[in-house]
Amino acid sequence: MENIEQLKQTTLKQIDEASDVKSLEDIKVSVMGKKGALTEEMKKLALLSVEEKKQMGQMLNVIKSEIEKALETKKQELFAKELNEKLAKETIDVTLPIREENIGRIHPVSKIYEEVVAIFGEMGFEVADGPDIEDQFHNFNALNTPANHPARQMQDTFYITNPESDNFDDSYVVRTQTSAVQIRTMEKKQPPIRIIAPGRTYRSDYDATHTPMFHQVEGLVIDKKTSFANLKGCLYDFVKTFFEVDELPVRYRPSYFPFTEPSAEMDIGCKKSKTELKIGAGDDWLEILGCGMVHPNVLKACGIDPEEYQGFAFGLGLDRLAMLKYGIPDLRTFFESDVRWLKHYGFMPLDESSMTGGLSNNGGLVR
Amino acid sequence: MKFTISWLKEHLDTQASVDEIAETLTKIGLEVEEVVNPFESMEGFSTARIEEVEDHPDSDHLHVLKVNDGNEILQIVCGAPNVKKGMIGVLAHVGAYIPLFNEKIKVGKVRGVESFGMMCAEDEIGVGRDHNGIIELPQTAPIGLSLAEVYKADPVIEIAITPNRAECLGVRGVARDLAAAGLGKLKPLNITKHNSTLESPIKVKIEDFKACPTYVGRYIKGVNNKAETPKWMKDRLTAIGLRSISPLVDITNYINYDMARPLHVFDADKLKGDICVRMAKDEEGFISLEDKVYNLDNQSLGICDEEGIQCLAGIMGGNSKGCSEDTVNVFVECASFNPVCIARTGRKFQIDSDSRYRYERWVDPKSNILGSDYATDLILQICGGEVHEMVMAGDENYQPVTTYIRPERVKNFIGMEVSAAKIKEILTSLGFETKEEGDRILATAPTWRGDIEGEHDLIEEVVRMIGLDNIKAESMPKSYFPAQTLSLAQRRIVTVKHELAARGMLETVTWSFTDSKLAKDFRKGNEPIMVCNPITAEMDEMRPSVLINLLLGCKNNIARGYSNVSLFEVGPEFYGVKPGEQKLVAGGIRCGQTSKKHWLKDERQFDVFDAKADALAVIAAANGPYDSVRISLDAPSYYHPGRSGAFRLGANVVAYFGEVHPMILKQFGIKQRVVAFEVFVDNIPLPRTSQGKAKKKLELSQFQPVDKDMAFIVDKTVKADDLIAAAKTADRRYISDVRVFDVYEGENLSESKKSIALSITFQPIEATFSDQDLEVLMSKVEQAAKTKCNAQLRDA
Repeated sequence: MENIEQLKQTTLKQIDEASDVKSLEDIKVSVMGKKGALTEEMKKLALLSVEEKKQMGQMLNVIKSEIEKALETKKQELFAKELNEKLAKETIDVTLPIREENIGRIHPVSKIYEEVVAIFGEMGFEVADGPDIEDQFHNFNALNTPANHPARQMQDTFYITNPESDNFDDSYVVRTQTSAVQIRTMEKKQPPIRIIAPGRTYRSDYDATHTPMFHQVEGLVIDKKTSFANLKGCLYDFVKTFFEVDELPVRYRPSYFPFTEPSAEMDIGCKKSKTELKIGAGDDWLEILGCGMVHPNVLKACGIDPEEYQGFAFGLGLDRLAMLKYGIPDLRTFFESDVRWLKHYGFMPLDESSMTGGLSNNGGLVR
Repeated sequence: MKFTISWLKEHLDTQASVDEIAETLTKIGLEVEEVVNPFESMEGFSTARIEEVEDHPDSDHLHVLKVNDGNEILQIVCGAPNVKKGMIGVLAHVGAYIPLFNEKIKVGKVRGVESFGMMCAEDEIGVGRDHNGIIELPQTAPIGLSLAEVYKADPVIEIAITPNRAECLGVRGVARDLAAAGLGKLKPLNITKHNSTLESPIKVKIEDFKACPTYVGRYIKGVNNKAETPKWMKDRLTAIGLRSISPLVDITNYINYDMARPLHVFDADKLKGDICVRMAKDEEGFISLEDKVYNLDNQSLGICDEEGIQCLAGIMGGNSKGCSEDTVNVFVECASFNPVCIARTGRKFQIDSDSRYRYERWVDPKSNILGSDYATDLILQICGGEVHEMVMAGDENYQPVTTYIRPERVKNFIGMEVSAAKIKEILTSLGFETKEEGDRILATAPTWRGDIEGEHDLIEEVVRMIGLDNIKAESMPKSYFPAQTLSLAQRRIVTVKHELAARGMLETVTWSFTDSKLAKDFRKGNEPIMVCNPITAEMDEMRPSVLINLLLGCKNNIARGYSNVSLFEVGPEFYGVKPGEQKLVAGGIRCGQTSKKHWLKDERQFDVFDAKADALAVIAAANGPYDSVRISLDAPSYYHPGRSGAFRLGANVVAYFGEVHPMILKQFGIKQRVVAFEVFVDNIPLPRTSQGKAKKKLELSQFQPVDKDMAFIVDKTVKADDLIAAAKTADRRYISDVRVFDVYEGENLSESKKSIALSITFQPIEATFSDQDLEVLMSKVEQAAKTKCNAQLRDA
């Protein structure tokens, strides 16, 4: 009996003192292996009387399970210790910089395109496209701007050589406004029409706010009852939503475009200081777009009866919207492909614009 | 169009302030660009009294003055002959800006004597032209006053005139509009008619009444063109930026801006014979008063005497028959010309003038006699002379347009009700004659309005006068659920942009124009599309490829010290001049390293496989049949001939990719490798919509796929793509994927051979593969590779 008690004490002590998993295995074998001390004691049970066997057996079982438990506990302890030591050796300096990832950017013009599409989409507009090179009919004549109209000189037009004709009237132009898409749309489709036409436009001009190529969005609504009041409502809803400000005063000034009458220019309120331009309530006005009721001659040129149908059109500069909303000072820089500019003013690839998810999220992660 | 407030008040009886006037102008469509009080901005000037005058010790004409500006006594050296003690004049202090000299007054030393300012002459501060002496103000003038306090400020207003409002190119037209807007009363014109029975020595004749319906002439004998233009007229002309030249020129300029009524004055003694208004002959010569020679064509209208064309009608006078200082007898022209004729000639010969500007818009066809009377009156007042009878060719029986306006239509059109009475009131105040007729109002336009054609024009007048801001805004009715805003084709462009940005490329937007010198190698066999009037020589062609401008961008970034560049652009390239002969291209370039030097040493040079991957990513993002694209090796010549390719779908080229040809890079001055791609998005078919949006059913096998490696020896000319295709199609059912994991040339292989190692995935479907199954499949691959690519299985 004492032997056994001593065996237990010795074994538990050995277990406690074991320094690695391997010596633990050795202990297990020496006690509970085929020839282990405890196994030997078990074998001796057969020699005992039934009564003794029972008593002795129970005791051995208790001891066995105590040792097993101690072994397992120690084993876990040693595993943890060994793992910790291993991990300690694996330490690396995680303050080292990460792999360089090239995160691209979406150009501000594309971003504004998506915002504008999201807002007008909500108002039931569809997006229409048209060619950059136009004939003079679609760019001028159909837009109530005949050959010697003074408005043809207001827009400094780029002409494209027509190899098939020396006649100046046959030369092509790069469109001076996206309004040409109005004509192409009305030629194909009968009212009701609600479209916007974003795209490249071209005029011979070059300074901080004018570039020979820029981007416009044309809007056109034609049906039986859309009025100037709707024009005002539509454009107010647009600018208010687009600029994401709480309060935005607007005003309209009568103006002139050959393809609309009455025509107007829309101003939005702003605050100007030497260093900053803030869109919203303020003492100053900023011209934002041109608009008007579609001229009956334009409708007629597209085979639509102006006595039956009416509506409005408007045109606004995508680049200009980008400059105003995102504080970009010089239009020329939009087209210079300067990687520093593109990274700074560009938008993250996953920053998509929608009316439900928000138009913009203030730049997001910058890497 | 510029005018001064005092000039405006010549025509408008109003108590309104300058601010009110400016605000109203903008509201009625005469947008104010600037209001300038000319003296308010001039600082550093004050009235001052000359207390002492002493002779300059070292000069016989200079004086040394002691000048009192009410604040201090300053020493001033002055050379004016009219200085005298006690005189009150205008002192420019040190630092004051003198417009005439375009510089600031500094402390100076004039022949050894210091001077602390300058006593000003009229022209030096722009209040007049006199330079004979310094300004002498009345003795009652207080000293120490600023310029704005001395000279009654006459603010100058500049407004933008839209092409339809030609009558507002004259001050009277502006005044009329303001009166109609309720800002005062239009004053009646005050022109004295000078009738005469003296026979005109010069008669007039019109050959082309369509181009010139009316020509009124007036001979005035014995005028003095050396007379002084009156100060009021001179001041007004100077204020709007016109130089006073001689009374006759000043009078024509004045009437042009006062009444939007161009005139021309001939020196009658230089004219030979009568005046004839006719079309020029082809190549007929004309020398303008600017001494420029023009060879006219037969659509150019000329005012002629016996010696030829002396004036290009409505545009510019000639150099030989105009007035000079010595002119004594004049012939004054006041005529109507066809706007289209004037616009055409002006544009054709590129001559700009105030006269052309008005004629090509609209000049009141009933203002010829009036204009002639006005000019005669002013000439007689200023230059004297003996007036002769008025001579006239054509007539002034212009019939103004009569149209109608319906109050009901106004309501429907602008979304606001305006009463018939109000409409009539507005139109009447603008000079229309109105008459109610049933449910419409007939309106006859005043002759000074050339823009009135129909009801829409009248609606515009009504809207202008009630004020756009008074129409209540109404949101767009949302009576129907909107259709999809972007079409499938438009939407995938957005996706493509985001895909490329997500692949680490910066989106740029570059000109649709490019430099023809650089573009010539990118035209892919098409003719260049040239801009007739490019803004710079570097932007003279419509780009035949988006790569040209991207390469320029790349070069500029390298020059700025940024040599790792990944740029893309989605935009048009042009292959013909006709509308629509353009393709939408997603193009990109990459050059340099994937990143700057980094401790993990992962960085590497961009290579052709990056461009290839970009191209494939675009095709996938555009929803293209990614798996069906085939590679051919015929990219255009601006790519490296051995490191480029084309993706095709059937016969259509969907994309090019490759290294840019080193010779091209040399032309751009780029010294590092650049890889590029162009995807022709329009050539990627849209997914068929007939099958709906449901995806193909996902079939999953419950058995593990098995990967096996097989290396083949092939001729170097064999394309890896063909070998992959051979392997893939060896068994369409069980081979699910084939990848290349090694390519080897060199030792142990003959000169003409290479080894391509494939890793092939076999996918069991019904049951796991037995060894024998796999052997069969692998031998199928071996066979296919042998048949199609003459490939030998390499011993393991």
